[in-house]
Amino acid sequence: MIMNTPLDNIKTVFPNADVWTQRQELYHMSIPKEQLVALVTHLKEVEGYLHLVQLTAVDWIEKNQFQLTYILNNPIKKIDVMVKTFIPRDNPTMETIHHLWEQAATYQRELREMFGINFPGSPRVDKPFILEGWDDIPPYRRDFDTKKYAEETYFPRPGRETHDPKEFMKKKLYPDEI
Amino acid sequence: MSKSDLEKRTVMSPDGEPIEINPLQDYFCDARPKVHEPVLPIFEKFLNWARSESLWVLGFGTGCGAIEMRPLMTPRFDAYRFGIQWRPTPRQSSVFIISGYLSVKTLKRVIRSYEQMQNPKFVIALGSCTINGGMYWDSYNTIKRLDHYLPVDVYIAGCMPRPEAILAGFEKLKELIRQGKGEGANLYAQNFDWYKANQKKIIKDWDMPDYNW
Repeated sequence: MIMNTPLDNIKTVFPNADVWTQRQELYHMSIPKEQLVALVTHLKEVEGYLHLVQLTAVDWIEKNQFQLTYILNNPIKKIDVMVKTFIPRDNPTMETIHHLWEQAATYQRELREMFGINFPGSPRVDKPFILEGWDDIPPYRRDFDTKKYAEETYFPRPGRETHDPKEFMKKKLYPDEI
Repeated sequence: MSKSDLEKRTVMSPDGEPIEINPLQDYFCDARPKVHEPVLPIFEKFLNWARSESLWVLGFGTGCGAIEMRPLMTPRFDAYRFGIQWRPTPRQSSVFIISGYLSVKTLKRVIRSYEQMQNPKFVIALGSCTINGGMYWDSYNTIKRLDHYLPVDVYIAGCMPRPEAILAGFEKLKELIRQGKGEGANLYAQNFDWYKANQKKIIKDWDMPDYNW
């Protein structure tokens, strides 16, 4: 039973934050980009959300935006909170949070490589993480055509084709009835 | 260790001869690989028999199939009874098992390890990923056809092949070696330029020597 939800305090400190509940132990928050680090710091230092579970991004190509999601966990109250923010898709830059959690630097390095989101000041953020010598647009962006790139680059073996099972068996068993 | 230890300098050998050393330089031979001509047929037959009965595998798990190696080398399937054993370094091994999908980053390490192995050397490729990409057929970072980058002796199909299938693949490899068909290293030397062109096409930051051993 949770009597004091995290919602009450947050709205007084951050009036811009948009808070909604999914379950008793899972909350969502949305906040403008400029106040995100302040909110995350507040959640860590005051509310006891000590554990950074994940930092990930979503490409909303229709809105020309990236969504960044910081999932935090309160290990004592067993509550998760997902803090979301939107950043513009052109020249995306975000403040780093590696001073709060050291492991965030690895997430930020990966986001830099996979989505092209820059985190100035994050340690080793310009070093290649998985893709060494990548010279195309970042592969997790939705305008990157993975299939086309793979077919052009990696020597596809001929003979790989798919059939509609119904049509294929019909043609094979009753070749005359078409 | 101080900075002066890293500088280029001349030292005296125990025999009293001056030697120039540069600690920051890698010392390796980068001469092109050569085709090894077979010796007398009867000797070659004997050598092939000996090679086939003593397959030393490089312990380099490149993909998910590395997990199939553990039951293979432990008592349940016990590959050691067939003369197959795992070695920690490319210098001591003759068989390279590419166990599953290969990302471009891993391929770079695989090529370096393969080139450091001694002749004759053989490659076994596990799983459908090495044949045509498998479930990673549209991935931006996984190669599709291993035989464009390394000469493959035996493909073992499956996703992943069970240890029994890998043992059967080893039997097939032994058969090929005894027939004198395990010529992967010579194939690599003959078509060296073609292999290098394919490798350099996908490894875009080529920061290693063309051939090193």
